[in-house]
Amino acid sequence: MADRDCVRIGGGQGFWGDDLDAPRRLVEGGPLDYLMLDYLAEVTMSILRKLHDRDPSAGYARDFVGLMAEIYPACVERGIKVVANAGGVHPYGCAEALEEAARSVGLGGRTRIGVVSGDDLMGRLDELLEQGHPLSNMETGAPLASIRDRVRSANAYLGAGPIVEALAAGADVVVTGRVADPALAAAPLIHEFGWAFDDHDRVAAAILAGHVVECGAQSSGGNCMAEWWSIPHRDIIGFPVVEVEPSGSFTVTKHPNTGGRVDRASVVEQIVYEIGDPTRVLTPDVTADFTTIRLTEEGDDRVRLEGIRGAAPPDAYKVSVAYGAGWMAAGTLLYTWPDALAKARAAEVMLRRRFDRMGYRLDDIHVEYVGWNAGHGPLATTPPADAPEVQLRVAVRSTHRPSVAAFAREMAPLALTGPPSVTGYAAGRARVQEVIAYWPALIQKRAVDPQVRVEVRHP
Amino acid sequence: MTRIPLVHLAHARSGDKGDVANIGVVAYAEDLYPLLVEQVTVERVREHFGSWVSGAIERYELPNLWALNFVLHGALDGGGTVSLRTDAQGKVLSSALLRMQVDVPEPVAERVRGWGRVPSDWRPDDE
Repeated sequence: MADRDCVRIGGGQGFWGDDLDAPRRLVEGGPLDYLMLDYLAEVTMSILRKLHDRDPSAGYARDFVGLMAEIYPACVERGIKVVANAGGVHPYGCAEALEEAARSVGLGGRTRIGVVSGDDLMGRLDELLEQGHPLSNMETGAPLASIRDRVRSANAYLGAGPIVEALAAGADVVVTGRVADPALAAAPLIHEFGWAFDDHDRVAAAILAGHVVECGAQSSGGNCMAEWWSIPHRDIIGFPVVEVEPSGSFTVTKHPNTGGRVDRASVVEQIVYEIGDPTRVLTPDVTADFTTIRLTEEGDDRVRLEGIRGAAPPDAYKVSVAYGAGWMAAGTLLYTWPDALAKARAAEVMLRRRFDRMGYRLDDIHVEYVGWNAGHGPLATTPPADAPEVQLRVAVRSTHRPSVAAFAREMAPLALTGPPSVTGYAAGRARVQEVIAYWPALIQKRAVDPQVRVEVRHP
Repeated sequence: MTRIPLVHLAHARSGDKGDVANIGVVAYAEDLYPLLVEQVTVERVREHFGSWVSGAIERYELPNLWALNFVLHGALDGGGTVSLRTDAQGKVLSSALLRMQVDVPEPVAERVRGWGRVPSDWRPDDE
């Protein structure tokens, strides 16, 4: 395999809920070797855990199975392999559903499915704490014990290693639980080119390639500020494709006849997205130095990235713990001209007085005037002059659920009791939701690695 | 020197990790990058965000990409899933930063006039 001169990887989903048609466009619209699909945001695992607790067959991204049923035959026909973290908290359940989907589209005996597990620490938390792994909060230093009874999910971000193993064992589709997002694209490169994990510069290049495609169209003109008004045909935006060479140098592009734009601006916005110290971008596989990247615009929709340097990775995995932290609700009312803002402000005062009088136990009350300061807060210093309309949005949080439930019933009555020319109270009705907070921690790799399993199935 | 909003010199993208947000600020041209380094300092950014960001702010330089990266601790009112803000995940801290006023030489202000803002003759179905 190491004699390939180019491996093409497309990023087809940037989060669970992304454009469902994008993977099909990547598979059918031009040359591709691998499709990577990222489904897991920070909070997603706790949601999947809740679903799994209610129904033991649930707990993974079901969308993925439906999507694969559509594109699986084309992937097999064209030799495109798929790597997805759609397994959530139940990668085996995801793989089983995928096997069934493969058989239902006539691929029985013609494809192999790899499953990576072992990232899930939920069932091992007490054992790990007893063994002296404190899983302290990386930001605050507080020990996990302080929230232990409220933990809903705990997952280590695994690296590319187990995915490489699954690919080497012949998997055409690899389903994982929590892995570092860029590892979904780095693993195919490490596998295809036979790169060693201590070849830090090339592994850094693989991670960079993954980082560029992991958020889907965010590197090909989506959510791009630079002359956004001139970005063509966003309705059929081309999701990003990296064309990676054995040296680790690669070109970011997109398929022909698609919308969007790949240029310096769109790619750099993605490179700097969700990073800390750029000289030490920490991943399970490498510590990458983004200040060593050389970027060249090669022509229309082609950006070349090369020269990145890497160093040894940390000896710990990042762990994302989700825990219950109370309840929240938010409601809205729309006030219209004349004096829309004055009416909304009067309504806010009315609500705050009622909360006090009724004795609600609210830990936080947050008020926004949509159309003025909901996005930029106090940085939006000047209220709009004679605004045609202002939406009042009130959100509350409390560990006392009945208070949040009572708040949720407080806004609609203002339609008849509060300032005039108000509407939108039905659409803006508040709904009580649990607050799931996020607890970043570290764990020694040696405490996790023995539990990591790679299995290849033959539907 | 002329005072202009940062939006004419740079574009930006922001995102979240727990209660930490980052903002990547990218100059529109290589020769504008030194102006970012000089003008968009940690002190100015802290002053700009005021109470909207409660914790420490760090700045990193990426001259190779004409970019600065700001890491803002306590920027998300407790974190993306806890915050009561519409922008719980700090997605528009980017455009909020571009409101900041910077001092640039007169010829630069002249050259970048209108950059970063939609042209007055643009229509939504232009492509």
